[in-house]
Amino acid sequence: MMLSKGLKRKREEEEEEEEEESLAVDTWWLEPSHPAVAQAPLAGASSTLFDLSVLKLHHSLRQSEPDLRHLVLVVNTLRRIQASMAPSAALPSVPSPPTAPSVADSLLASSDAGLSASMASLLEDLSHIEGLSQAPQPQVDEGPPGRPTGGTPPDLGTLDLLGPGTGCLLDDGLEGLFEDIDTSMYDSELWAPTSEDLKHGPEDGPGKEEAPELDETELDYLMDVLVSTQALERPQEPGR
Amino acid sequence: MYFFCFNHTADIISTVEFNHSGELLATGDKGGRVVIFQQEQENKIQSHSRGEYNVYSTFQSHEPEFDYLKSLEIEEKINKIRWLPQKNAAQFLLSTNDKTIKLWKISERDKRPEGYNLKEEDGRYRDPTTVTTLRVPVFRPMDLMVEASPRRIFANAHTYHINSISINSDYETYLSADDLRINLWHLEITDRSFNIVDIKPANMEELTEVITAAEFHPNSCNTFVYSSSKGTIRLCDMRASALCDRHSKLFEEPEDPSNRSFFSEIISSISDVKFSHSGRYMMTRDYLSVKIWDLNMENRPVETYQVHEYLRSKLCSLYENDCIFDKFECCWNGSDSVVMTGSYNNFFRMFDRNTKRDITLEASRENNKPRTVLKPRKVCASGKRKKDEISVDSLDFNKKILHTAWHPKENIIAVATTNNLYIFQDKVN
Repeated sequence: MMLSKGLKRKREEEEEEEEEESLAVDTWWLEPSHPAVAQAPLAGASSTLFDLSVLKLHHSLRQSEPDLRHLVLVVNTLRRIQASMAPSAALPSVPSPPTAPSVADSLLASSDAGLSASMASLLEDLSHIEGLSQAPQPQVDEGPPGRPTGGTPPDLGTLDLLGPGTGCLLDDGLEGLFEDIDTSMYDSELWAPTSEDLKHGPEDGPGKEEAPELDETELDYLMDVLVSTQALERPQEPGR
Repeated sequence: MYFFCFNHTADIISTVEFNHSGELLATGDKGGRVVIFQQEQENKIQSHSRGEYNVYSTFQSHEPEFDYLKSLEIEEKINKIRWLPQKNAAQFLLSTNDKTIKLWKISERDKRPEGYNLKEEDGRYRDPTTVTTLRVPVFRPMDLMVEASPRRIFANAHTYHINSISINSDYETYLSADDLRINLWHLEITDRSFNIVDIKPANMEELTEVITAAEFHPNSCNTFVYSSSKGTIRLCDMRASALCDRHSKLFEEPEDPSNRSFFSEIISSISDVKFSHSGRYMMTRDYLSVKIWDLNMENRPVETYQVHEYLRSKLCSLYENDCIFDKFECCWNGSDSVVMTGSYNNFFRMFDRNTKRDITLEASRENNKPRTVLKPRKVCASGKRKKDEISVDSLDFNKKILHTAWHPKENIIAVATTNNLYIFQDKVN
């Protein structure tokens, strides 16, 4: 039922468009006499697979906590497909992806070399996010008395117990802890004391700059977010 | 010859495991629950079957949690359950979700104390001034109660998702593995673990491989293996060094050039690794096959069994619908002579290593009535379909059997479809 849907349709389209591409380009790994060559993906199908893989990559990265195995396998497959495509081929446009614009744009706009770099930097970002410590876990009633259930030991010396590249939390050191926090709002001109907008206040008429104004309600909201992690609601924990 | 004997409907089952005697069978599900089944004791002389399995205990092992720093939810789905060998009247098992491992004690209570001096039978306290005589409380029988209580919680040691836990043959330590690291724990100590494998590259740009499964050797307490998404298995000796990043042995079969495709790596990714009971062999499951390796030979497996080779020409579609990423488990029978693994359409396969015969069976309520013998199935790869054969294009890829388990001593198997647990047993004659 779901087996031969999408790819078949696209193959027909691609075949019409790219008849000039030769079979040999993409089947170098198969013997010409191999019976599978007849079914081997055409050069056009390669680009379809490429599109599909890019979509999968987008989808994977959009997850709040991507499945690392899935991600790595898709990226490796994407690299294989990319390597097999003709070097001069431009990246095919992805049909209206409903993805975060920045991710899609950065991938699409890159050259071949840039694609690797973009994917690499995405993986790098992932590592920073992953390197952060966990939320504290609930205590066990009958566990060892007075012992915290894991978490950062206060005495750095005990971190030595965990081998290099520790399986515990602070992989990138304390600085790594804060690397993913977006501080751009503090760096923007909004906060500069010389800003015209601030002096004039929120009631000024039209004809102001495009840059967003900072009014009192926004400031209150930002302060709330800054000072209260308690703002996040804890899910109910039923008793044991 | 297997016949159907038991079926239990549940939330999506995510793991199945017999205990060391086979008397208990534990399942974990997506909702964080553990359900334990117990085999009836055989006291019927005329029984032509081994005891049936009934629900013994149900408890909530893991709850969904929220990681505030990363703003994301930690799933409560139970990824793995492993039993400890029984040392006293109580049973112990380890269960894990993506981040936290818990040690559970399951104990029976069939007596209760009665005749307290200061308490009524219903628990209310008596006024001490009304007590005129003293009596000694005695234990009286009561209806059996099975209680599960968490004894240890091993948390905050895994940045990535835990895929495996394995108890050491010393019965004091165990390992837990996530995508990039393996940690060694002592069962008594929860606030500390030793990292023994770390494949996280200094530069995440260089990440090309993840750990997919890990297991301790059944007899050598210093030896363990871990498999990767690139189809390799590394055997490590903990005596060699504290951090086992350098393997003692590397098991890898060279790629067959005639079968190479864009999907070669994905289908070579190992989804499960299991030592034989003897400890001489290990079995790996990749997308299309099951391989048996002799620990003394690293360059190729000694046996390879095709699970569903007819899918090789469909890999592109299976990539499209993500089925190619499904992680099937595999298991040995008690004597290491037969291996079993799941497939699609609620089929599961058994391979007899001695006779080299294999069989395909189906776990489904439509086809199975209690005590009926399972009929072998056949998939028609191409050409004319014979009667009773099923064509590849009619297979239901939503019905996948990822988890199977074999009783350690008898020919009783547990097979989990998405929502159902099936138990089949061999005829006893």
